[in-house]
Amino acid sequence: MAELSYREAVARGIAQEMERDDRVVFLGEDVGKAGGVFKATVGLHERFGDRRVRDTPISEQAILGAAMGAAMTGLRPIAELMFSDFAAVCFDYIANEFPKLRYMTNGQMSCPLVVRTGNGGGARFGAQHSQSIENWTMMIPGLKVVAPSSPVDVVGLMAAAVRDDNPVIFHEHKSLYAIKGPVPDGEIVDTLGTAKILRAGADATIVALAMMVGRALDAAETLARDHGLDCEVIDVRSLVPLDTQTILGSVSRTGRLFTVEENPRLCGWGAEIASIAADEVFWDLDGPIVRITTPHIPLPAADHLEDLALPSVARIVDRIARVVNGSSQ
Amino acid sequence: MTTRTTSRRKPAAGANDDIGLDDRLEMYRLQVEIRDCEKRAHDLFLQNLVKGTSHLSLGQEAIAAGVAVAMEPGDKSFCTYRGHAHTLARGVPMEQVLGELMQRDNGLMRGKGGSMHLTSVEHGVLGSYAIIGAHLPIACGSAWRAQYLGEKDVSVCFFGDGTTNIGAFHEALNFASIWKLPVVFICENNLYMEYTPIGDVTAVEHPAADRASAYGLDSIIVDGNDADAVYRVAREAFRKARDGGGPSLIECKTYRHSGHSRADPATYRPKGELEEWLKRDPIAVYRQRLIEFGVGEEAIGRIDADSKRKVDEATAVCKAAPPAPAELLTADVYSDGGWAWRN
Repeated sequence: MAELSYREAVARGIAQEMERDDRVVFLGEDVGKAGGVFKATVGLHERFGDRRVRDTPISEQAILGAAMGAAMTGLRPIAELMFSDFAAVCFDYIANEFPKLRYMTNGQMSCPLVVRTGNGGGARFGAQHSQSIENWTMMIPGLKVVAPSSPVDVVGLMAAAVRDDNPVIFHEHKSLYAIKGPVPDGEIVDTLGTAKILRAGADATIVALAMMVGRALDAAETLARDHGLDCEVIDVRSLVPLDTQTILGSVSRTGRLFTVEENPRLCGWGAEIASIAADEVFWDLDGPIVRITTPHIPLPAADHLEDLALPSVARIVDRIARVVNGSSQ
Repeated sequence: MTTRTTSRRKPAAGANDDIGLDDRLEMYRLQVEIRDCEKRAHDLFLQNLVKGTSHLSLGQEAIAAGVAVAMEPGDKSFCTYRGHAHTLARGVPMEQVLGELMQRDNGLMRGKGGSMHLTSVEHGVLGSYAIIGAHLPIACGSAWRAQYLGEKDVSVCFFGDGTTNIGAFHEALNFASIWKLPVVFICENNLYMEYTPIGDVTAVEHPAADRASAYGLDSIIVDGNDADAVYRVAREAFRKARDGGGPSLIECKTYRHSGHSRADPATYRPKGELEEWLKRDPIAVYRQRLIEFGVGEEAIGRIDADSKRKVDEATAVCKAAPPAPAELLTADVYSDGGWAWRN
C-alpha cells in the first residue's frame, strides 16, 4: 500500500494500462517531456518513450480528432485536454464525432478512447480555466463520463475507462491534484457506473462529485456533531453510466436528498438525479429535494469571491440543517 | 515547388502508357456508375423516395474514380457529406448506397446514418462526416495508427474548397506534417463553398494549394475533370506516404454540375458558366480518351449499358426492401449494442 497524491495516481493509472496493452498511446500538449502542466504525467515519457507518449501542438481539434481516428482503427488512445474549459474549442469531437460514430454507422465502428481533462475551480484561475463542465459532457448520448474524487479511484477508474470500448471523458479535478490517499499495490481496475457510499447515515442522503465529495463528508461530520443529523454521503464517481440504484436506495432509506454540485446552477448533474428521484421514489421522500450548487455565474478569479461561489462546507451544513431541522434552528 | 499536372499528350494509336487499359476501363466504369447512381438518387428524391438531404458529385466523378483506382485494398477513405461517389468508388454495392438514401433496411447503415454518413468499414470507407473539417484530424489519427503499428495502408481524406477556411484543416495539416503521417488530403475545389464563390471569401487564389507551403508541403494542383491526371498525382502521393515520406495535399480543380444540395437550384452561378464546364464533362473527356487509346465504341457502350442495368436492379431491390425495424432506434449507442445510461 502506497500513499499517492491524486496527480501521482493519474500517472500510475496511465502507466498501468500502457504496461498492459501496447495499443494504449497517450498524447497532448506538454504531456511528455514536460510531464504535464499539472505534473500529472511525470515519468511516462521516460518510461514509454516518444513512440507512445506524444507531445502535440496547441491544436485541440487535432488532438481529439487524431485520438478518434486512432481509436476507430485499433489503438486505445488517451488524450489530454489540458483544461476542461478547452472542450469548447474542440466540442465537435466531444458532441458530434466520438459519441455518434457507433450509432450512425450501425455498429460498424467503436471509439474506445479516453479524454482526460483538468476540470473544476478553486485554483484562482478565473472564468476560463476553472469551470466544472461535467454537465456539458453528461448530456451527450454515447459518451461515458467519470469524475474521481480520490487517488485510488483515479487509478481504478482510469483503468476501467481505458478498457471500455466507448469514448470516456475523464474529469480530473485540478484542486485535488495535491491531495493524498492510500493506493494498494498491484493492478487496480474499478467499474464504471458504480457510486460509492462513503459515509452511512439514516437522516439524509448527500450526493456529491469530485471536489465536492470531501466537502460533503466534512459537512456530514459537522451536521452530526452540531445538528444531530446523521447523513449518508455518496460519491457519484460516474455520471454516465449513472448508478441510480445506489442513490435511490439510499434516498428511500433516509427520505431526504441533497446534491452538492460545483457546476453552475442550470442543468447541473444534480438536476437529473433530482428528477429521477422525484419520478421514482417520491413517496419515500420526507421533504423537498434540494440542490446546493455554484450560483449561475462565471467564476471570478479573486480567492474570496471564488470561495463564495463554490459550495463550501459551511453552506452545505447550513442548507441541510435548515431544510431538515426547519428554519428555527 | 508547384506541380501542374495534366494529361493532354496524345497517345500512340492503340498503345497504353503508364496507366494501362485495365485501370482506364475501371476509371471509366466508376465514373459512369457514379453518375448514373447519383442521377437515380436525384430522380428518387423527386419521387419522395429519397428523403432528408443529399449532396451530389455530378461533374466531380473523375476525382473519386482516379483516386480510388490508385488506392490499395487496405487503404482508408474519409469522406464528407458529399460522399456517395467516394463510397461507390471503393466498391460498395449501389443497392446498399441507394438503400441508405431510401431509408431501407438494406441500406449500408440500415437507415441510421443517411446520405451524409455513408460508411462501409468492409470496403475501407471509414465514414462520411458532415461537420466541415472534422474528418481531417480523424484521418490523421488513422494514419498515426498505421505508422504506430507499422501497417502500410494510407488514409485518404476528401473535402471541398470551403473546408480550407476552417481551423481543423490547418490543425490537421500541421499535425500530419510534423508527425510525417501517411495521409493524403484531397481538396475537390468545385469553385463554390455552398452558394458563395470560394474566391470571394478566401485570401489566396488556390484555397488548398496556396496554403500547402505553410505546412512544409508541395503545392499540387491537378485537373480534377481528368481521371488520368488525378490518378497520377494520387498514385505518387500514396507511394510517398507508404514510403514514409509523409502527407500530401492535392487540389483538384473541378465543377459541380448541380447545386450544393437538393435544396439548391444554383441560381447564383453566372450565365454560361455551367455550359462551359459541361464541355469539359469528365465522363465525355474520358470516353474520348478511351477512344484515343483504341477502345471501341462497342466496349464503351457495354460499360454504359451495364451501369444503367445495375442502377435499375439496385433501385428495384431498394424499392422492395422493408424499412429499418423499430428496435434499431436504440441499438448501438454504446458498444454493448444498447443505449443504457443508468442501472
